[in-house]
Amino acid sequence: MTLTAIIFAGILTYFTRMTMIALISRDMLGDKIKAVLEYVPSAVFPAIIFPGIFINDFGTFIEMNDPKIFGALVAVIVGYFSKNIIATISAGLVSYWFLIFVVFN
Amino acid sequence: MLTKKQLFTRGMLDISPHMLSVIPFGIICGAIGVELGFSPYLVYAMSFIIFGGASQIVFLQLLSGGASNLVAVASVGIINSRHLLYGAVLSEYLEKLSFIKKLLISYVVVDQGFAESNKFFKKNRSEEFLHYHLIGTGCTMWVCWQIATLSGIVLGSFVPEELGLKFAIPLTFIAIVVQDLKKLDHVIVMITCGLSSLLFFDAPFKSYIIISPIIALFVAALLLRLKK
Repeated sequence: MTLTAIIFAGILTYFTRMTMIALISRDMLGDKIKAVLEYVPSAVFPAIIFPGIFINDFGTFIEMNDPKIFGALVAVIVGYFSKNIIATISAGLVSYWFLIFVVFN
Repeated sequence: MLTKKQLFTRGMLDISPHMLSVIPFGIICGAIGVELGFSPYLVYAMSFIIFGGASQIVFLQLLSGGASNLVAVASVGIINSRHLLYGAVLSEYLEKLSFIKKLLISYVVVDQGFAESNKFFKKNRSEEFLHYHLIGTGCTMWVCWQIATLSGIVLGSFVPEELGLKFAIPLTFIAIVVQDLKKLDHVIVMITCGLSSLLFFDAPFKSYIIISPIIALFVAALLLRLKK
């Protein structure tokens, strides 16, 4: 049954969220581990960013002239200087659309 | 000292720009589920029970591709195992909460909410009701995710596919980490993670999503040792 599988997947997902928050106390993590945990955002999010840019829907690498690479670079530059989330996302999307609808069309 | 309401509102405001990518992605997720031939009720049940963006799509794609329930469930668990790392970071700020509150708040811990609340926590350690910021980011995400996936399920993919809006997801995470590009150690950790994720992309059960952070954290530990 698909519903049973969904419920199991949900319980498993909930445990990934809850375990460290509810079952681990601060004293169990030493100072060294806490210093390493400072890097969690930098160590996790590129695993979402890189495949989202460099790998297409069919699971293969994109060409080096793919518009997504250009869009991502624009987003990085705009994000770095503007410090604004909406500007970052819009700049990336608009430059990507510019390439696929105007330049490569 | 900020009140609970102020912190909650601040959390809502801090995460709301990300809805620019979350809402189209939610609509796409809902629409894909129905297109793959699953009952609309089941597709929506996932948003409520699993509440985990990409893992929901992977789950349905695996099942429709003929994978067993076990493989689909295991993949969701592995994709979402990154929450363990978020929890480890957040536990420091949530330790004063009662056990029940910790159990409840855990349900709304998501990538963007973790990222924004963690940034806020670092700057405002002394606030008494810090967790209301996390509730603010989490609940905003929850409500938007339910509405977006439901609209995708009911209305179908009314977001034109040519727009390539899935690309907004990497962009939203670029917006989260981009300021850390100022620090060389963070840049090294990010590149390690990014390259590992491409290298291990074909690893079974989508495990690249947890393998690459682990490799990157090892590199971070080495960097910390070198810095001393």
